[in-house]
Amino acid sequence: MAKEIDLHARQRRLAWFLILPSVAVVILIVAYPFGQVIGYSFLKAKLDGVTPLSFVGLDNYVFVLTDPDWWHAVWVTLIFTVSTVILESVLGLAIAMVANSKFKGRTLLRVAILVPWAIPTVVSSKVWQWMVNDIYGVVNIILTGLHLIPQKIAWLATPATALPVIIAVDVWKATPFMALLLLAGLQLIPKDLYEAASIDGADKVKQFWKITLPLVTPTLLVALIFRTLDALRVFDIFYVMVGGQANMATMAVYNQQQLVSFLDAGVGSATSVIIFLVIMLFVILYTRFSRASFE
Amino acid sequence: MSNDTKPFIWRGLFYLLVAVIVVYNLFPFVWALLSSFRPSNELFSTKLWPTALTLDHYAAVFKDARFVASLINSVIVSGCTVLIALGLGSLCAYALGRLPFRFKAPVLYMVLGMTMFPTIAILSGLFIMLRTLGLFNTRQGLILSYLIFTMPFTIWVMTQYFRSLPKELEEAAYVDGASPLKVFWDILLPLTMPGLVSTGLLAFIAAWNEFLFALTFTVTDNMKTVPVVIASFAGTTAFEQPWGSIMAGSMVVTIPLVILVMIFQYRIVEGLTAGAVKG
Repeated sequence: MAKEIDLHARQRRLAWFLILPSVAVVILIVAYPFGQVIGYSFLKAKLDGVTPLSFVGLDNYVFVLTDPDWWHAVWVTLIFTVSTVILESVLGLAIAMVANSKFKGRTLLRVAILVPWAIPTVVSSKVWQWMVNDIYGVVNIILTGLHLIPQKIAWLATPATALPVIIAVDVWKATPFMALLLLAGLQLIPKDLYEAASIDGADKVKQFWKITLPLVTPTLLVALIFRTLDALRVFDIFYVMVGGQANMATMAVYNQQQLVSFLDAGVGSATSVIIFLVIMLFVILYTRFSRASFE
Repeated sequence: MSNDTKPFIWRGLFYLLVAVIVVYNLFPFVWALLSSFRPSNELFSTKLWPTALTLDHYAAVFKDARFVASLINSVIVSGCTVLIALGLGSLCAYALGRLPFRFKAPVLYMVLGMTMFPTIAILSGLFIMLRTLGLFNTRQGLILSYLIFTMPFTIWVMTQYFRSLPKELEEAAYVDGASPLKVFWDILLPLTMPGLVSTGLLAFIAAWNEFLFALTFTVTDNMKTVPVVIASFAGTTAFEQPWGSIMAGSMVVTIPLVILVMIFQYRIVEGLTAGAVKG
C-alpha cells in the first residue's frame, strides 16, 4: 500500500517533469508571440529602425477596417473558403465511398489519392500554373483542340478566371485529406445496418440518406472544421499563382504584405488579431451548429 | 437487358469511376514529371506528346547553387524539427496518456486547440521575436517556428497511441519495482514505434512543405528552403519563366515524398485520421 502511494507520487512528479519542456516551448513560440501581436496591434511600430514605438490606441484597427483592400481580401477569402469546403466535402465523400467498397486495386486508389496531398503546395501551385499557361499549357491545348473554347485563355490574368483555377487547385490538393478522414468514418459504420436495410427492401439511394450520411456526419463535421480553418488562412496558393495582383489577395496575403512589404508591425499585428477573431467566429459557429445537430 | 449482364455493366461503370479518380489525382503529377524531361524547344511548343526526352533541366537545377543550398537547408530544418518535436512531444504524450496528474484535461484541450491554431495570427509576433533573439534569417529560427505546428500535433497523436496500449504491460513491470521512466523507455516506447514513424513522417512532410514562415523569416539565398526557391525561380525576363527547371526542381522535392507515401501509405493514413476521428 505504502509502495503504491509512493509510486503514484513518483508518477505525478515525473509527469510534470516530462510536460514542462513542451509547455515551455509552446509558451515561448505561441503564447509569447501572440501576446506581442496583441500588444503591437495598439502601437505605431514601423520596423524601419528609425521611427520610435508609440501608443496609438485603435488606429491600426481603424486603418485595416477602413481599407477597401482589406475588405476585398475578406471577400476573396470567403468565396474561396465556401467554394473549396463544399466541393471538397462532396468530392471527398464520393471518393471515400468508392474507396470503402471492396474491389481489386484498392491500394492503388489509396496511394493515388495520397499523391496530391503529399505534394508541397508551392509545387502543386507551380505545376497547375504551368498546366494553365496561356500559350503552352496543356489545359488550353486540350480545350481548344476539343473546340470547347474558341481561343486560348490567359487563366490567371483576371480574377474571374483565376479564382476558379485556384479553387480547382485547392480542391485537387485537399480532397484526399477529406476523403481519408471520411473513409475512416465510413469504416466505423457497422455492416449489419446495411444488410438489415437491404432485407427491409431499402435501395442504395435510401441507404445512403438514411444510414451513411447521418452516421458519417460527426466525422464530416470534424473534417469541415479542419478544412474551413485551413481555407480561411490560405496563403501559399494565392501567393504563388497570382502573387503580385492586389485584387487577388487573401486575408493572410494582406497580412504578410503589411508586415514584410510595408514593414508595419502595428498594422500587421492588428490584421493578425482580426484574422484570429474571424477564425474564432467560425469555430464558435461550428461548435454551436454541431451541438445543435446532435441534440 | 437480361439480369446476367446488369451486374457486369455496374462493375464496368464502377471501375471506370475508379479510373477517373486515379487519373484525376495523378495527372498533374505525371504531367509535371513528363514536362521535366522534355527539351525546352518541345516544352515551348503546342505538341502534347514528347518526341525526345532529356536530363538537361535536372542538370541545370543541380548546377544552381541557390537550389542546392535550399535543398540542404530543407533537409536540416525539417529533420531537426521532427527530432525535437518527437523527442519532447513523446515525453509529454507519455505523461498525458499514461501518468496520473492534476490538470490533465485542460492540458489536453490546450494541445488540441493548438493543433488548429492559425499560424498566420502570430506571424508578426514571431517576426519581432526572431529579430530580437537574433534568430531572424537563420535555420534555428525556422526550426523554432516550425515547432508551432509540429509539436501540438505530435503530442496529440502520440497521446492517442500511448492510451491505446493495454494497462497490464506496465503493471507487471511496476510490481517488479521498475521506475516510471524505465517503464516508458524499456516497455512503452518500443511499442509506440509505429506511432513515432507515422507522426514523424507527417511532421516531416508538414515541415518540408511549409512556405509562409520560410518566406517571411529568411532573406538571404543561403538560408532559404526549397519551397521558397521554387516559388521564386525566375527567368531572364519577368514574362519568361524557366518552366523546365521549375518542373525539374519540383520533381526533386516531390519524388522523395511520393516514395515515402507509397511505402508508408498505411501508417500515414493511420496518423492522419488518428488525430481527427478518434478524438
